[in-house]
Amino acid sequence: MFTYDFMQNAWLAATFIAITTGIVGVFVTARGMSFLAHTLSEVGFAGAAFAVFVAIRPLDGMLLFTILASLTVGKLSVKQSRREASISAVSSVFIGLGILFLSLSNESSSYATTILFGSIIGISRQDVWQLVALAAGVLLTMGFGYRKLAFDSFDAVGARAQGVRGNWISIYFLLILAISVSIGAQIVGSLLVFILLTLPPSVAKYLGRTLPQMLVISVAAGLIGVWAGLALGYLTNWPVTFFIAAIEFVFYFIALGVHRLRD
Amino acid sequence: MTAPLLTVDHLSFGFRDRPLYEDLSFTLPRGSMTSLIGANGVGKTTLVRLLMGELQPNAGTITFTADMKLGYVPQFRNIDSEFPLTIASFVQLNQLGHGFPWHTKREKVALHQALAQTHLLERRNLAMGRASGGEKQKAYLAQALLTQPNFLILDEATASLDVNTKEELMGLVKELNETLGLTVLFVTHDLGLAKAYTDQYLLLTPGHYEMRATDQMDIATMPDELKSGEEEEAAH
Repeated sequence: MFTYDFMQNAWLAATFIAITTGIVGVFVTARGMSFLAHTLSEVGFAGAAFAVFVAIRPLDGMLLFTILASLTVGKLSVKQSRREASISAVSSVFIGLGILFLSLSNESSSYATTILFGSIIGISRQDVWQLVALAAGVLLTMGFGYRKLAFDSFDAVGARAQGVRGNWISIYFLLILAISVSIGAQIVGSLLVFILLTLPPSVAKYLGRTLPQMLVISVAAGLIGVWAGLALGYLTNWPVTFFIAAIEFVFYFIALGVHRLRD
Repeated sequence: MTAPLLTVDHLSFGFRDRPLYEDLSFTLPRGSMTSLIGANGVGKTTLVRLLMGELQPNAGTITFTADMKLGYVPQFRNIDSEFPLTIASFVQLNQLGHGFPWHTKREKVALHQALAQTHLLERRNLAMGRASGGEKQKAYLAQALLTQPNFLILDEATASLDVNTKEELMGLVKELNETLGLTVLFVTHDLGLAKAYTDQYLLLTPGHYEMRATDQMDIATMPDELKSGEEEEAAH
């Protein structure tokens, strides 16, 4: 299957996506932001639809929209109590916009399906390099700020007591999350990118005991999922997204079972 | 005589519609253990925030010696039963160092030392989510000790613990006070613990304050809210 260019591109892209979402996702779950990750993937849908409407590349549209939305959410919801409501508000307006842009651009509904559920054959080599560059950017930035981000994510109260400034870290992390959602959506689609941002990290949460362990487990669970998903998709002609979702779901329940057994 | 670690001189503070203290003066001698006692809402946490420099006094001064290094252990944490990190990894979060994921040898030594000081070495690989209330409090303490403070503020550290664990934790704090020479400010409702483990107490009541040695504390004459407060805490 590696003789096909599109499969090579898909494997490369999927690998970098799984690494990025695996690492970012550990902090997403630690910060209790799974809901926001879900919302940003809907926002990504609107961004891709907008991109079609103004004839730019879907990834660029997604980046634009997810970054704008995450900054808006960050501005609206510095207070924890207001977070859910403001996320719902932002989410609904962006889904509405996505539908509007798709309708205005007269694209067929199959294009909407591609944005929402992903497509492995749509990825060019140029897209892959953009993905790799973005993923590397995200990971490098996280490397520099790693300790403060870890402290704030796993023990926000302790971090504040030690003078770590939580608000800046929140905004910094929202940007990282926005970019991760946009790149993750390229394979599994915007509706299901949050699978990669939440399930492998949840597996890691149940099995890992230290942060490095959690990061390794999360990336491994993500990689196995996307690699096996791509292979099975290739062999069966069923949607890759389905396989990835199913595999991550199984991992999650196995990890949950192991966690329960340890009790 | 060495200068006190902290000197509070004629401090006044209040929020717009709610004056809290007028003319509050006290000192914390180096190596002393002091209880900060008062009913809810009387301004204990506000005083801590003033000491930490998060709030500015309306009048008066707060002076620390130049070498003061603060370790603050806040009251509430969000550690649920599924919290994954081990006690050691949790404590280690406070090593901000160079910012990158890998830890230096020196940092590992410091971590080991903080775990040893809080008697957590044997329990260091236990997930925080499964640790007992006392072990969690010790971990919070160890985390604050990592930066090698000489002044420790414990905000209601014993509030949610059972009687034996309270005694154990206070015994540990006393030990740290004696072995490391830490100056300790212990914010509490618990008059019994304050009397048993600290040298002096600062009692805040609306409009007044009282700073005395704890051997002069007569629990019977203390404000009723404080006496009932103890039962309330035990019910947690």
